[in-house]
Amino acid sequence: MNVLASIGRATLGFFRETGKLSLFTGDAVSGVVRPPVYGWLIAQQLMRIGYYSLPVVGLTAFFTGGVLALQIYIGGNRYGAESIVPQIVALGITRELGPVIAGLMVAGRVAAAIAAEIGTMRVTEQIDALTTLSTNPIKYLVVPRLVAAVISMPILVAIADSIGIFGGYVVGTASLGFNGGIYLKNTVDFITQQDVTSGLIKAAVFGFIIALMGCYNGFNSRGGAQGVGAATTNAVVSASILILAANYALTSLLFPR
Amino acid sequence: MSTFKVELRGVKKRFGDKVVLDGTDLAIEPGHSLVVIGGSGTGKSVMIKCVLGILTPDEGQILVDGQEVTGLRGSARDAVLRKFGMLFQGAALFDSLPVWENVAFGLIQGHGMPRKQAREVAIEKLAKVGLGSDVAMLSPAELSGGMQKRVGLARAIAADPEIIFFDEPTTGLDPIMADIINDLIVSTVKDLGVTTLSITHDMVSARKISDHIAMLYRGKIVWAGPTSDIDRTANAFVDQFIHGRAEGPIKMEVRA
Repeated sequence: MNVLASIGRATLGFFRETGKLSLFTGDAVSGVVRPPVYGWLIAQQLMRIGYYSLPVVGLTAFFTGGVLALQIYIGGNRYGAESIVPQIVALGITRELGPVIAGLMVAGRVAAAIAAEIGTMRVTEQIDALTTLSTNPIKYLVVPRLVAAVISMPILVAIADSIGIFGGYVVGTASLGFNGGIYLKNTVDFITQQDVTSGLIKAAVFGFIIALMGCYNGFNSRGGAQGVGAATTNAVVSASILILAANYALTSLLFPR
Repeated sequence: MSTFKVELRGVKKRFGDKVVLDGTDLAIEPGHSLVVIGGSGTGKSVMIKCVLGILTPDEGQILVDGQEVTGLRGSARDAVLRKFGMLFQGAALFDSLPVWENVAFGLIQGHGMPRKQAREVAIEKLAKVGLGSDVAMLSPAELSGGMQKRVGLARAIAADPEIIFFDEPTTGLDPIMADIINDLIVSTVKDLGVTTLSITHDMVSARKISDHIAMLYRGKIVWAGPTSDIDRTANAFVDQFIHGRAEGPIKMEVRA
C-alpha cells in the first residue's frame, strides 16, 4: 500500500509543479507585453547575462572547435576522408555544439546567479516588499531577465560559432597540416544559412529556459540559506536537462528527415 | 457600510492540510493602533499578508475603508496598496539599491515621481526617523540592524500611507534599540495620524505602541480590547501569554 501511496504522492506533486510552472510562465510572458517596461533593468541584465558570459562561452567554444577538428581528422583518417574536417566542424558547431555548449555554460553561470539572487530576495521578504510598494515582482524581476536572456543568447551563440570554427581552424592549420585559405574556403562554401539560423533559434529558446528556471526556482525558494542553495542547484539542473531535451526536439523540428 | 478602517470577517486560509487562519474576525477603527499578539506560528504574518493581498484567503472578507479587497487585480489593487505602508521583520531593504532609493522606491515606481524630487522626499523622511543625509548614499548592507529598521520605517511612511503595518518591529534588536524603535513608531504614528496594525510577541513593545490589543490563537481571535484592560482580563489565553507561562490553555505546536 505504501508503494501506491508514494506513487500517488509523486504523481500529484508532478502535476502540481507543472501547473505552478505553467502559471508562472504565463504571468512572465504576459508581463513582457504589458507596461510598465523597465528599460534600465533590461540593459543591466543584458550586461550581466550577455556581456559577462562572453569569456566563458568564448573559451569553451574555442576548445570545443579544436577538439572537434582533432577527432574528425583521426576518425576521417580511417577512410582517407580527413579533408572533410572544415565542413564537419562548421556543421557541428553551428547546428549543435555552439548553442548547446553556450546554453549549458550560461545555465551554470546565469541560472544559478538568478536563482540565488531572487531566492535571497524571497526569503528576506524583499519580494513581498516590492508588492507593498505597488510594484509587480514578476515585471520588475522576471521580465527583464527573461527579455535579456532571450536577446543575449543568440548573440552569444553567433560569437561562439565564430570562435568555435576558429578553434577548428587553429588546430587544423597548426597541427593537422591544412592550408589556411583552403580551410576557410571549404568552411564558407559548405555552410548554409539554415545551419546558422537553426542554431540561433535554439539559442533564443535556451535563453528563455535559463532565465525561466532561474526565476522560477528563486521565486519558490523556502526556508533560509538552505532553501536558496537548493533553489540554485535545482535551477541549474532543471535548466540543463530542459536545454538538452529542447535541443533534441528543436533539431527534429528544424531538420525534418 | 462599515466604519472600520480595516476589517476581517471570517477569514480562512490553509496551506495543504495545515489550517492557519480559521475564521479570523478583526476590526480596526480609523486612527487606532492595534497590536495582534500570539505565539510563533499562530498565523499573524499570514493574516497581514492576506490584508496586503500577498496571499489570497480561501474564505471570508477583508474590507479596507468598507471596500472588499480580496481578489482585486490590476489598478484597483494598486489603488488599495497605495494606502498601505509596511515595515517588515527583517526590514527587507533592497540590497541592490542605495538607502535613498529604497525609501524613494514606492514614490518612483508606484507614484511615478521624478527621481530628483523623490530623492528630496527620501532625505526628508530619513530625517524624520533620525537619519542624516549622509546615510542616503550608503548601501543597506553597511547599516546596523537598528538603522535598517529606521530605513524600513522611512520607506513605509515615504508615500504618506493611511495604514501602516508593523511585522515584529523589535525582533532582533537589543532592548535599548527596541525601545528607541518603539518610541519612533509612536511618535511617527502620532505625527501622521495613521491607522496601524502590528504583530508581535514582544509584550513590552505591544503595550507601548498600541491602544488596542487582540490575541490570535490557532487562527482565531480569542481576545480583543483596549491595551489598558489587558492586565485585568480573566481570559486564560491572554493571562498565560503576557506572563509567559509554559502551563495553561495554550499548547505550543512543537511539530512544524
